Amino acid sequence: MKDLIKKLTEVYGPSGYEHSIRQIIRDEVRGYADEIRTNTLGSLIALKRGKGKGKKVMLAAHMDEIGVMVTHIDEKGFCRFASIGGLYPLTLLGGRVVFGNGTVGVIGMEEKHFERGKTPPLDQFFVDVGAKDKASCPVKVGDAAGFSRPFEDLGGRLVAKTMDDRVACAILIETLRKLRRCAHDVYFVFTVQEEMTLAGAGTSAYGINPDMALAVDVTDTGDTPESNHMAVALGGGPAIKVQDSGMVAHAGVKELMVRRAEEAKLPYQLEVLAGGTTDAMAIQMVREGIPTGCLSIPCRYIHSPSEMVDYGDVENSVKLLLAILSKSIEL
Amino acid sequence: MTTADGGQRSAIGAREVLLILQELSEAIGISGNEDAVRKIIADAVRDHVDELRTDTIGNLFAVKKARAAQGAKRAFKVMLAAHMDEVGLMVTGHDGNGGLRFRPVGGIDDRVLLGKVLLVGPDKVPGVIGVKPVHLLKGDEGKQVTKMDDMRIDIGALSKEEAEGLIKLGQVAAFSTRYNKVGRTATGKAFDDRAGCAVLVELLKGARFPFDLHAVFTVQEEVGLRGARVAASAVEPDCAFVLEGTICDDLPKDKDVSPTTELGKGPAISLMDRSAFADRRLVDHLIATAEKLGIPYQFKQPGIGGTDAGAITRSKAGVPTAPVSVPCRYIHSPVSRLSLDDFDNTVRLMRESLSRLTPDVLKRS
Amino acid sequence: MDLSALLKKLSEAHGISAYEAPVREIVREEFAKHSHEVRVTKMGSVVGVRHGSGVAPRRKVMLSAHMDEIGLMVTGIEKGFLRITKVAGSDARVMLGQEVVVHGQRELPGVVGSRPPHVLPPDERDRVLLFDQLFVDVGLPETQVKRLVRVGDLISIRRAAFELKGGLFCGKALDDRASVAAVAICLETLAASQHKWDVLGVASVQEETTFLGAATSAHGLQPDVAIAIDVTFGEQNGVSDAHTVGMGKGPAIGVGPNFHPELVKALVDTASKLEMPYQIEPTPGASGTDAWPIQVAREGIPTALLSIPLRYMHTPVETVSLRDIERTGKLMAAFIAHLDDEFVKTLTFVLDG
Repeated sequence: MKDLIKKLTEVYGPSGYEHSIRQIIRDEVRGYADEIRTNTLGSLIALKRGKGKGKKVMLAAHMDEIGVMVTHIDEKGFCRFASIGGLYPLTLLGGRVVFGNGTVGVIGMEEKHFERGKTPPLDQFFVDVGAKDKASCPVKVGDAAGFSRPFEDLGGRLVAKTMDDRVACAILIETLRKLRRCAHDVYFVFTVQEEMTLAGAGTSAYGINPDMALAVDVTDTGDTPESNHMAVALGGGPAIKVQDSGMVAHAGVKELMVRRAEEAKLPYQLEVLAGGTTDAMAIQMVREGIPTGCLSIPCRYIHSPSEMVDYGDVENSVKLLLAILSKSIEL
Repeated sequence: MTTADGGQRSAIGAREVLLILQELSEAIGISGNEDAVRKIIADAVRDHVDELRTDTIGNLFAVKKARAAQGAKRAFKVMLAAHMDEVGLMVTGHDGNGGLRFRPVGGIDDRVLLGKVLLVGPDKVPGVIGVKPVHLLKGDEGKQVTKMDDMRIDIGALSKEEAEGLIKLGQVAAFSTRYNKVGRTATGKAFDDRAGCAVLVELLKGARFPFDLHAVFTVQEEVGLRGARVAASAVEPDCAFVLEGTICDDLPKDKDVSPTTELGKGPAISLMDRSAFADRRLVDHLIATAEKLGIPYQFKQPGIGGTDAGAITRSKAGVPTAPVSVPCRYIHSPVSRLSLDDFDNTVRLMRESLSRLTPDVLKRS
Repeated sequence: MDLSALLKKLSEAHGISAYEAPVREIVREEFAKHSHEVRVTKMGSVVGVRHGSGVAPRRKVMLSAHMDEIGLMVTGIEKGFLRITKVAGSDARVMLGQEVVVHGQRELPGVVGSRPPHVLPPDERDRVLLFDQLFVDVGLPETQVKRLVRVGDLISIRRAAFELKGGLFCGKALDDRASVAAVAICLETLAASQHKWDVLGVASVQEETTFLGAATSAHGLQPDVAIAIDVTFGEQNGVSDAHTVGMGKGPAIGVGPNFHPELVKALVDTASKLEMPYQIEPTPGASGTDAWPIQVAREGIPTALLSIPLRYMHTPVETVSLRDIERTGKLMAAFIAHLDDEFVKTLTFVLDG
């Protein structure tokens, strides 16, 4: 799966600009799904039909990544930007971004306003594409860029930008490839706009109206020096979400996930996340409600250009999804 | 003037356009209390639409059917939304001196309220927000922002009982600003979003489009996009445009940064804000139309604010949506300024883009 | 009904957001007494249905009070002590020295431990301890704790409910179980009178987190009209009366964009006819209650909000007036008894001409 993760994480695809990554995922699922379509807002849905006696299950991983959108080109050709999704100022200075047209930029900061000991606000940063002036600037207002960093294989651990959430996209693709026809109709949904508005998730869930849904996303860990307490660690297995700052996972779905993990003798962790949420929050509210849980991949340095996951956790996530799908779903 | 299909637009003079903008600007319609605005709009469009109805939250729906029988199995539905409500103040208490305590309805900066005149309640009782005289300030007091909790609306009542007899809890107060035309600009209150409403009224008064146009004058945008959410659920459009009066922050600044929009540079097309992404296919269609016909346009600074598009985009299985706005300086304050040229160009951009809008525009490449 | 006894049962039951099963059973049993049928929705809300006397298809009025409560959750185990965080809006300031129940493999009584003043440096006592600095002590050896408790397990406040003087009642989770009791009173009152419309008394789930129960119930039940019942800030020490309503002065009727003006008017008229004290609660924006999602469900549902004045919200000693709960239940029943088809016509905004 490492090649697939490398391929997916290096693709351009900030929220609202998912066309490239959608095409690549479409090519990866072709031949494995019974039906592939793109819905109204641009989410990609790959359906693998079941034998007919099971449930309708929706798995959701988001295709979009965080990034920047140009808001203004100043007279000297520097680009001011708005954040796409949650950007941490501490991760920006000296970072490289790449635009849809291939232009590379460096993120700089207003020196005059920098206060020692304080994190500068986002509006004190800018992107420098090396332009001489406004007229010759190769990007314009509205252009969007994502971080630019290569994938690194550290052996047991993998590092890339956009593990959030391309590693989950890879997990979904791999699950689809390995899934033998089961009782359930399984909708593998690659959603758009999660990092900004969760617009893709809720609308996709509305259209499909599944009996159960699982969002697959990354989650924080508590295993780095002097980190805030959190009982999730890299290598501890896929994390089964109990609650995050946006929702409490459906008790029955959570318990099903735990049961299947224990039956399959897979390592797993229980996740309580203090800050952050996922597509699951939007999905569960649709229509009369959808029992929704979340399978989380432990990840260090989320929303930085270098997100790190454990490869064993990734493989075990695929195994856990297969374990859930290959048996009955009782909530 | 002829439109794209060769039809003759009914002769609406420029004067009539300005009158409707003035009437709408001066009408009072704070979120949850939009009756007066709804009435003006209903009267203005009644003879130009095929259906006119309201719902239980207060939205006004006006349907203008397609100009010819369509080949398509199902009518292509386009929704246009403009919100009728404005920000204002709600009376939340009576204090011992006859003053009215209040909280904002929608987002208002504390600093725009001192020394202003309000019209309070259904009888439009005049009231003022005063402040401690400058003569009596000590030290740095003059540099401290007075919070709304410490302000009172003074309607002249001398006791709590007198005030309670005149104004009830929950009644609302609006700025008393009158509309004024100044050269090719106009000043007034509530251009956010009476400008958008006026644009939509103009579109309804013109020729039919090649699809069923569902115009919705929404309520309660300022307190959470409430009317639009309900309306999109009812209409189930194939795509939507939101017409707004938006931030225009082109005052002189210390830094070379975005003014969000600029007065006189034409209608502002949104690409992304805190509530939604504009659908690129619709945006590209607007740009192509503008370029072809030489209509000035600009892009609103991405990432600022939110519109009814936030609710419409996420409705049911999703609706491709794009906001188009008239730039307005000083929104959410007692007095805004807009450019009448921008207003006219917004109407023009929308009319021409809609005339050329077909289901093909939404095809995915 | 014995309101004090019902309230005690409801208050002491456990039912943290998304884990409402224990209180759900109590509510089912209670609603069943005066409903023609009791259902549980897909997401776990309880619906007590009373059929009206009108000819089918009958109009429907939905009442929504939430049965979930705020609480705590285990985030880790260290030397046998439990690290905790909050579920929804729990207040760290009231936790020190509080007795709790840990819902592990079995229910374990515990205590939120505090260090004695003798060992604390002076400035330490000026700091509020936040959740990540608090520990729950269940009094068992670490190995046993690890067998019985895991990360993600819920922790409830342990607090016996009781009466104070002046007709006041005190307990945890009266936000919003006091309103659930009001719905029960309403159903009981209606059972002894006549009403044309169907009544759907809903005890909703997950209001404290995401309003999930109210939003999905409204979508599923599609009522013509809805009334949410929640609690609001009752006058108390430490809060200016600019932000509170009176205790024992009757239910507060919400006025503002979240509420349909005709519903508000009808509730005010009904209270006046009953010579029942009531209060007006101006609400400039979101009410922070089930009324918020219900109002925009589907194509919009005319909604109103009745609030029971409550002191010390989100603490283990929430305090209400029994009289106010009775009034709220009776007000709803009287309003419902008068509902007819004519009323529905007043709900669509008028288009002159």
